[in-house]
Amino acid sequence: MSQSPAQIPRFPQVATYPLRVLPFAPLSAILSAFSRKIAQKHPGMFRRLGEYDHSRFILDPTDLPFVICLDPNGGNPRVSVTRGPADGAARIAGPLAALLGLVHGAYDGDALFFSRDLVIEGDTAAALALRNAVDDAELDFAQELSDLSGPLAHSMQRVLALIERRTGVNLSRPEEAELW
Amino acid sequence: MVMEIVCPAGTPAALRAAVKAGAHTVYCGFADETNARNFPGLNFDRAEMREGVAFAHQHGAKVLVAINTFPRAGHEAIWHSAVADAEACGADAVILADAGLLAHTAHHHPGLRRHLSVQAAAANADVINYYAETFGVKRVVLPRVLSVPEIAAINAETEVETEVFVFGGLCVMAEGRCSLSSYATGKSPNMNGVCSPASHVEYRDENGVLDARLGGYIIHRVNKGEAAPYPTLCKGCFSAGEKTGHLFEDPVSLNAEKLIPQLQKAGVTALKIEGRQRSRSYVAQVVRNFRAAVDALDAGRPLPEGMLARLSEGQAMTTGAYKKTWR
Repeated sequence: MSQSPAQIPRFPQVATYPLRVLPFAPLSAILSAFSRKIAQKHPGMFRRLGEYDHSRFILDPTDLPFVICLDPNGGNPRVSVTRGPADGAARIAGPLAALLGLVHGAYDGDALFFSRDLVIEGDTAAALALRNAVDDAELDFAQELSDLSGPLAHSMQRVLALIERRTGVNLSRPEEAELW
Repeated sequence: MVMEIVCPAGTPAALRAAVKAGAHTVYCGFADETNARNFPGLNFDRAEMREGVAFAHQHGAKVLVAINTFPRAGHEAIWHSAVADAEACGADAVILADAGLLAHTAHHHPGLRRHLSVQAAAANADVINYYAETFGVKRVVLPRVLSVPEIAAINAETEVETEVFVFGGLCVMAEGRCSLSSYATGKSPNMNGVCSPASHVEYRDENGVLDARLGGYIIHRVNKGEAAPYPTLCKGCFSAGEKTGHLFEDPVSLNAEKLIPQLQKAGVTALKIEGRQRSRSYVAQVVRNFRAAVDALDAGRPLPEGMLARLSEGQAMTTGAYKKTWR
């Protein structure tokens, strides 16, 4: 059974200190490249966005000191990381673990919204399209990162596992048996 | 005989999740205005439907295709091709609401099993028997406005299988007849496949006070810490004169899991879970709960305790009309 919204872990504040001085330009470039790889692997996800495949989404992990701007750009996505508020068609805000849990199918988006662990602002239909498209893609961020790491895949998995242990935030898709 | 669990699937991933979680039957729709959950990012194209049906059949589950909006005059071909494509995809049945589409299907696709959608609002034995005799309907999805004794009375007077909602969003209106959504947005589930469409929904959170608007009208205002509702007019909180309150129904979800034994005694064949707009996580959790319940009932064991409150709108649940008197 998945965790109830009340149990959603928050990213430890002390672990956010390095992120406050992180240069965002390289991070944006890495995330853009990562998202394009995912787009190549899961083209159906961007098709599902339909008329919203050029909408700009603001993903706001409220326990991190930055927001992520995702422009699907018709299947050739661009990602930028910025401090403070950003403009977009829709803003989806919540703890990082909740946002990742949505991606991994660990949480139900409506349940997170009802419990107010998730905040949606702006174009609700665009946010809904993104939620539905991501839910259907059955993504696993840790697996995607490992696949992209080539010969360093094993090291990547160890690093991700370390981050998960230190922060309590799941970066991978749990097994379905423990998920539901 | 085990009662059939009929589960929603808004995406191929949700269909697979439902089947793996133990659904006997999954219902879904094409990604267009032919089904009553025509939401952005949801539903199946033809290839996905074919693959979904094949996956379900491989795992011993059935697939019902909902084509349950009312065709627009002059554009019937969209609905006719949906029926033909559902049959070509191998669907076990189609769920229809419109009498004209039922007639078309009975005439052109006589081998395709026909279920009557809740959108037809068939709420008595006479009208159900009419649909059976005229269009060969084998099963009816009953509106969520009937009590358990009323359902038993219907079953006593018809040979048509009955399917009832047991969990999920609670529509308290005569479905297929309700135009509340149209008043605020110009769109309805009956004609467009959307009730309170997301394109007309707006949330504004100021210092923790959340306004939920539909078509520009504030339907709910909740304080910090209170559960957030979806702004549907039938569950809105309104002020008139000195009074403020929910006019038709609170923002709650239906949960009739404890009534399953009574529904079985009332002659119900299948238990339907609402929520094609929900995630695969929701689908899997709800299906597991209800499958465990009907298996326990069949084996003569007590029903397991429910664990579904947090998935509900308003995080509150009701047994709906099954056990209550309407305001």
